[in-house]
Amino acid sequence: MNVLAYLIPISLLLGGVGLIAFIYTVRSNQYDDPEGDSRRILDDEYDKHPKG
Amino acid sequence: MTAVLRPPASACPACAAAPVAAPEAPVEREAAQIALSLPTIHCSACIAKVERILNGHPQVRSARVNLTLKRASIDAAPGVTAQELAELVGGLGYEAHELDAGTLSATASDKAGRDLLMRLAVAGFASMNVMLLSVAVWSGAEAATRDLFHWISAAIALPTIAFAGQPFFHNAWAALSKRRLNMDVPITLAILLALVSSLWETSLSGEHAYFDAALALVFFLLAGRYLDHRTRAVARSAAQELSALEVPRAIRVENGIEREVMQAELNVDDLVLVRPGGRMPVDGEIVTGTSEIDRSLLTGETLPVLAQPGQAVSAGEVNLTGPLTIRASAVGRDTSLHQMADLVAIAESGRSRYTSLSDQAARLYAPGVHILSALSFIGWYLYSGDLRTALNIAAAVLIITCPCALGLAVPAVTTAASGRLFQRGMLIKDATALERLAQVDTVVFDKTGTLTAGTPQLTNLADLPQQAVALAASLANGSSHPLARAIVLAAAEAGTAPVQVDEVTEEPGFGTRGLWQGRQVRLGRASWIGAQPATETATFLQVGDGDPVAFTFTDRLRDGAAEAVRALQESGKKVFLMSGDTTAPVEALASRLGISHWLAEALPADKAARIQELSEQGAHVLMVGDGMNDTAALTAAHVSISPASALDAARVASDIVLLGGDLEPIAAACETAQRATRRIRDNFRIATIYNLIAVPLAVAGLATPLIAALAMSTSSITVSLNALRVR
Repeated sequence: MNVLAYLIPISLLLGGVGLIAFIYTVRSNQYDDPEGDSRRILDDEYDKHPKG
Repeated sequence: MTAVLRPPASACPACAAAPVAAPEAPVEREAAQIALSLPTIHCSACIAKVERILNGHPQVRSARVNLTLKRASIDAAPGVTAQELAELVGGLGYEAHELDAGTLSATASDKAGRDLLMRLAVAGFASMNVMLLSVAVWSGAEAATRDLFHWISAAIALPTIAFAGQPFFHNAWAALSKRRLNMDVPITLAILLALVSSLWETSLSGEHAYFDAALALVFFLLAGRYLDHRTRAVARSAAQELSALEVPRAIRVENGIEREVMQAELNVDDLVLVRPGGRMPVDGEIVTGTSEIDRSLLTGETLPVLAQPGQAVSAGEVNLTGPLTIRASAVGRDTSLHQMADLVAIAESGRSRYTSLSDQAARLYAPGVHILSALSFIGWYLYSGDLRTALNIAAAVLIITCPCALGLAVPAVTTAASGRLFQRGMLIKDATALERLAQVDTVVFDKTGTLTAGTPQLTNLADLPQQAVALAASLANGSSHPLARAIVLAAAEAGTAPVQVDEVTEEPGFGTRGLWQGRQVRLGRASWIGAQPATETATFLQVGDGDPVAFTFTDRLRDGAAEAVRALQESGKKVFLMSGDTTAPVEALASRLGISHWLAEALPADKAARIQELSEQGAHVLMVGDGMNDTAALTAAHVSISPASALDAARVASDIVLLGGDLEPIAAACETAQRATRRIRDNFRIATIYNLIAVPLAVAGLATPLIAALAMSTSSITVSLNALRVR
């Protein structure tokens, strides 16, 4: 069962990375225009000024 | 003349400084941000086209389209006007309207929503982790392993709850400091008690720890809060967009030069130019110009009034025919438009405060839970003499009875129902509006602008000589007066061939004259022609010295008005008509729509008083109105609806805004609201049943963390699924 000593911190760390990534997306306004962003990806033109 | 009208420079230092500062303010604002509403964009090609043309403008620094909000925000150099950019986009074939950036700024960053989402994410993450650790404990982890898992759970749960639980702690504290109880008090108590007793248990290598339950509780409740917040934020931003579409600009005449300024910058004694079709920005007196003004939004009268120099006008009236110059006598908050707010305040104080269903539930529930938990604590303490067991059981009771499902019961249903109604073009602005709408048994309609579209329609075309119609249409052709437009439209529909009329000149405020076969022809108001004024809206045509011919008009019905009235009557609701207009047109409209109760020439205070009277008789009144004269009534009513075309003040006063021009959804909305309220009650019942099963177990000391987790999740999920059944 000693493997738990490694596995628990590792799993917490991985989950934490996901959480921090999510918080980053919220903070950088990536949910302001979900509909537009889903369409922009189909646009041929290269977007030189992505929102940020 | 203008020199006399300028404000004395020495009145106060601030006034002297103001004119210097004033020209800079609008320029800076325009330099920062311009917002355009683009209601017709829908695809990636639209985004690309609009952005390309906007970024192609030499003075635009950057432009970004938001497809979700159907809006473009533009960062441009000073001097670029929103109008020219709107025209630029309009050239591509997309509708574009300027939005007032000042009104929109509040929606730009929805800080509260983001905050809730962040807490929800943290709580979700933590509860998943702790739940997985708990699964190991439930499936039989023992001794050191169990303790280790409990300690890890505690390490995750404590900081998470300290962060994610804050909204509940704040609300609970706010209620307690006012010596009241709300739903958040038992929630906070349950969370804290669960944490304390679990920590104690863990430190003694105990078997039961409720960290997972406490976290799941926070997660589910935050989900409910977030849903609630989203629903209202969507409605609020749509309502704000409606207000932002009316950019408060005015034309000020300074030393004979016309300059466009923001309405907020107007001062008393400024000269303001109002073009035909424009709305008066201030109260004042007409200095030059003759025209007709439409007061329907203020008084409900449909008949345009003659406007001449020396006459007083009030803010909100619409100028119809000729340009008017007005000397402002009251601006901003002092205008009569704003003074109506006093009436609204009076109506508000008389309004019986509505207690929402969730508050009613909380009132029954909160004390009950506390008493039950306290009783089981005392009972077990007396019985076993063991503080630890007693505390454990008290915590279990609080956790199991905790209003997870209750917290989700209302927001889940309102979100589903509001979304439904939004698709049909109704904007629910108030959190409890749906519940109140469900109780409605009496509906009061305003006439002008609500049941009618506010555009006149020629009624006696069939009785008029062909030649008179042709003449009138030719005379009316160049005018923008609503009655003239109606004649032109009717003549074109009837296929009347135009006749040659020369030297057509419009006399603002009176009518149009011209020469036809060497004779003078005139079309205009009764007093100008010398005819007997009619009781209904009418205009007169006179050929030479002949007898005047009357053209009578009625207000065109708004789309769906007849259907809405009929559907409401069929569903057993009493329908009233209350208008500030004169008796004849009100009676005519009432009989046309089959409304038996009507009231004409009602002053704003009369309307509100009648509604209060109805409420005192026990009726739940729905008021539908659009004008300034309706605001007090809208506030006094149990629930209120206003069309999107209404004055800003009326929209603010009402609970629900109708986005389309159609009135038909009103009847359907009442039914949806009733169904939604039934679902909410269902949800309360479901939550109660779960409690009835789980609480005896908890009080008897048989509850385990597994039972608590199961009861909580299943009840929350059932409640959410039930909410989705709202159609």
